[in-house]
Amino acid sequence: MTDLIFSLAILAGILVVVMYLTLLERKFASRLQSRIGPQRVGWPFGYLQPVADALKLLVKEDVIPSVADPKVFNLAPIVVLLPVLLVFAVIPYGEDFVLADLNIGVLYILAISSLTLIGIFMAAWSSKNKYAVLSGMRAVNQMISYEVPLVLACLVPVILAGSMNLTDIVAFQNKVWFIFYPVLGQLSFLVFLISALAEANRMPFDITEAESELVAGFMVEYSGMKFAFFYLAEYAHLLAVSFVAAILFFGGWGGPILPSGVWLASKVLFLFLFILWIRWSLVRVRLDQILAFSWKVLFPLSLVTLLLAGIWKVW
Amino acid sequence: MTNATNLTAEAYHPLQTQLEKEGDTLLINMGPQHPSTHGVLRIVLKLKGEVVIEAEPVIGYLHRGFEKLAENLTYIQIIPLVDRMDYIAPVTNELVFCLAVEKLLKVEIPKRAAYLRVLTAELQRVASHLVWLGTYGLDLGGALGGGSTLFLYCFREREIILDLFEELTGARMMYNFNQIGGVRYQPPDGFETRVKQMIKKLEQAIVEYQQMLEDNYVFQVRTKNIGVLTPKLGKAIGAEGPVLRGSGLKYDLRKEEPYSSYEEFQFNIPTGDKGDCFDRSSVRIREMKESLKIVKQAIEGLPEGYISARPAVRVAQAVKPPEGEVYARIESPRGELGVYLVSDGSPKPYRLKWRAPSFSNLALLPHLVVGHKLADIMAILGSLDPVFGEVDR
Repeated sequence: MTDLIFSLAILAGILVVVMYLTLLERKFASRLQSRIGPQRVGWPFGYLQPVADALKLLVKEDVIPSVADPKVFNLAPIVVLLPVLLVFAVIPYGEDFVLADLNIGVLYILAISSLTLIGIFMAAWSSKNKYAVLSGMRAVNQMISYEVPLVLACLVPVILAGSMNLTDIVAFQNKVWFIFYPVLGQLSFLVFLISALAEANRMPFDITEAESELVAGFMVEYSGMKFAFFYLAEYAHLLAVSFVAAILFFGGWGGPILPSGVWLASKVLFLFLFILWIRWSLVRVRLDQILAFSWKVLFPLSLVTLLLAGIWKVW
Repeated sequence: MTNATNLTAEAYHPLQTQLEKEGDTLLINMGPQHPSTHGVLRIVLKLKGEVVIEAEPVIGYLHRGFEKLAENLTYIQIIPLVDRMDYIAPVTNELVFCLAVEKLLKVEIPKRAAYLRVLTAELQRVASHLVWLGTYGLDLGGALGGGSTLFLYCFREREIILDLFEELTGARMMYNFNQIGGVRYQPPDGFETRVKQMIKKLEQAIVEYQQMLEDNYVFQVRTKNIGVLTPKLGKAIGAEGPVLRGSGLKYDLRKEEPYSSYEEFQFNIPTGDKGDCFDRSSVRIREMKESLKIVKQAIEGLPEGYISARPAVRVAQAVKPPEGEVYARIESPRGELGVYLVSDGSPKPYRLKWRAPSFSNLALLPHLVVGHKLADIMAILGSLDPVFGEVDR
C-alpha cells in the first residue's frame, strides 16, 4: 500500500515538474532571445502559465478526422506518454530513495523508452494525413539509426561500473564521475547526448515534428488534451534523458556537503538547461544528414568508446 | 498547362486513393495555409519518399488588383497605394513610381531630395534583408528553435531602422515619403547623429550574424549545394537581385543604370560563385554592409536646399503628365523593380504595369527544388526571398 502511494506521489510530482518545465523553457528561451516571456498569468513570473495552458487545452474541442482510425488514433497519445513515465520508476532520486531497484536498470530504460516510437508511428499512420505519414516515416528512420549509438554509449558506464543497476553505477562514481574519465568519459557522454537528443526528437533533430515543412508532423491532426499528451511526453522524455545522463555520467546524487536530492536536482536542471540551450540556438538538420552522421560518425565513435572502456576496465 | 491543372486537382485526393493510384509517389498540397510559405504561396508537390520529383507553385492568394485600381486613381493617390505592394520594402515602390512619373513629366529633382531618396532606399534595403534573414532562420529551424532566436534578433535590429523612419516620415511601415518631384519631409534635428549611431550598432550586429551563419556547421550543411542556380538558367528565367548575384553575375541596376544620383556613391556589389542557397544568403548579408556604407555617405554628404522640385509640381490639383509611355526601374532589395506607365494625358494613368522581382524569382522554384529533399524546399524558397504582396499585386 505504501508503495502505491509512493509511486502515485512520484507520478504526480513528475507531471507537475514537467508542466513547470514548459514554463522554464519559455522563460529561458525568451531570455535568450531578449524577450521577457510569459508574465501576465501569475504576475510577475508567469507561474500560473502552465495551469492556464492546461486549462486551455482541456476546454478545446477534441477533433477526430473522419478518415482517421479512431481506436488507434485515441490510443497513440497514451502509448507515447506511458513508456516515458515508466522510465521514472527505476531512477534513484537520492540515497535509498528509489521505487524499483532493478538490477537491469539501464537495459530497462533503453528498452522502455524506445517504445515511444510505436506511439508516434501509430499517431502518424492512424491520422491518415500526408504530413503525418511522412513524419512517421522519418521517426522510424531516425529511431533505427540512433538506437545503436545510444545503447553503446550507455554501455560504457555499465562496463566501467560492472553493473546495470543504476544505484550501483552511482555508488561506483562516488570518487570520480564518469564524465571526468579522460577522453573516454567526454566522448561517450557526447555520443550519449547527441543520440538521446535524437531519440527525444529534440532540436536539431526534431525532424519528426519539423514545423517548417511538416507543420507539426505526427501531431498535425491532434487537438486538445491528446495534443497535450504528446507535449507532456516530449518534456517528460527530456527530463528522463537529463536524469539518465546525470546518473550515468555525472555521479547521480553524489556530491559533498549538500543533501543527495539537491545534488541530483541541480545536475538534472543543468543538463536540462544545456539541452534547451542547444535547442534555441541551432537550426534543424535534414533526415539524410542525420542518418549519415549517425552511421558514419556516431556509430564508429561509440564503438571506439566501448573499446576504450574495455581496455580501461581490464587495465 | 493541362499537366499543371491535373497536379493541383489531384492534390486534394485523400491519402488512400492516392497510394492505390500512384504507387510510391505522393502528392502533397503545401499551403496556402502553411507555416513557412512566406504568406500565401501554395506549392503542389510530387514526392517519392522524401525526394521532390515535381513542384508547382500556385499563386494569386493575395491578389488585390493593384494595377486595375491604379487606373482609377490620380497619380498622387497611387503613391500610398503602392506602399502596400512589397510591404517589406515600401519605400522602393514609391521611389520607382515617382521616378516613372517624373520621367514622364520631365521634372528635375533637387540634389537633397535625391540623396534623401538614396538614404531611405538603402535603409529600407537593410531592413528588408534583416526580415529576410530572420525568416530564413524560421525556414531552416522552425518557430520553436534556433531559427526563432535569429528571427527575434533580426527584428530587434530592424526596429532601430523603423524608429528612424518613424522620425523621418511619421510612419513605421507605409511611409508615403516620396512624392512626385522630390520627397515630403525634411530630416528632423539630430537625425544625422542618430543615423550614425544606428550604423555603428548595425555594423556590429551584421558581423555577428555573418559569423553566426557562415561559420555555423549546421547552417552550412543545410544550405551548401542546395538549389544551385546556374547563371544560364538565372538569365533565362529572368532572375533578379541577390538571387542572380549569388550565381556570380555582377548585375546591379544601381551601377548599370544609376538613378537618383547613385553614381555619386562608392560601394561594391557582392557576388557569390556557386549559386547555392549559401551564396545567396551570404550575398544578402554582405549587401547589408554595403548599404550601410551608402547610408553613411548619403547622410554625411547630404546637400542643403529644397527637397522638392522648383517650380513645385502642382500637387494640390491633379498631376497631368503628357501623353506617352515610360519605363522606370530600380534595384529593390529583391531585384529589378520596374514600372511601365502609359499616360493618355488625363489625371489618371491609362495603364500601370509592375514588373515585380519576387514574381520572376519565384518562377525559379520548380527548377531548383527538383531532386532535393522535402526539407530543402523551404531552404530554397526562403533563399529566393519572395514577398507575396508583390508577386500577386
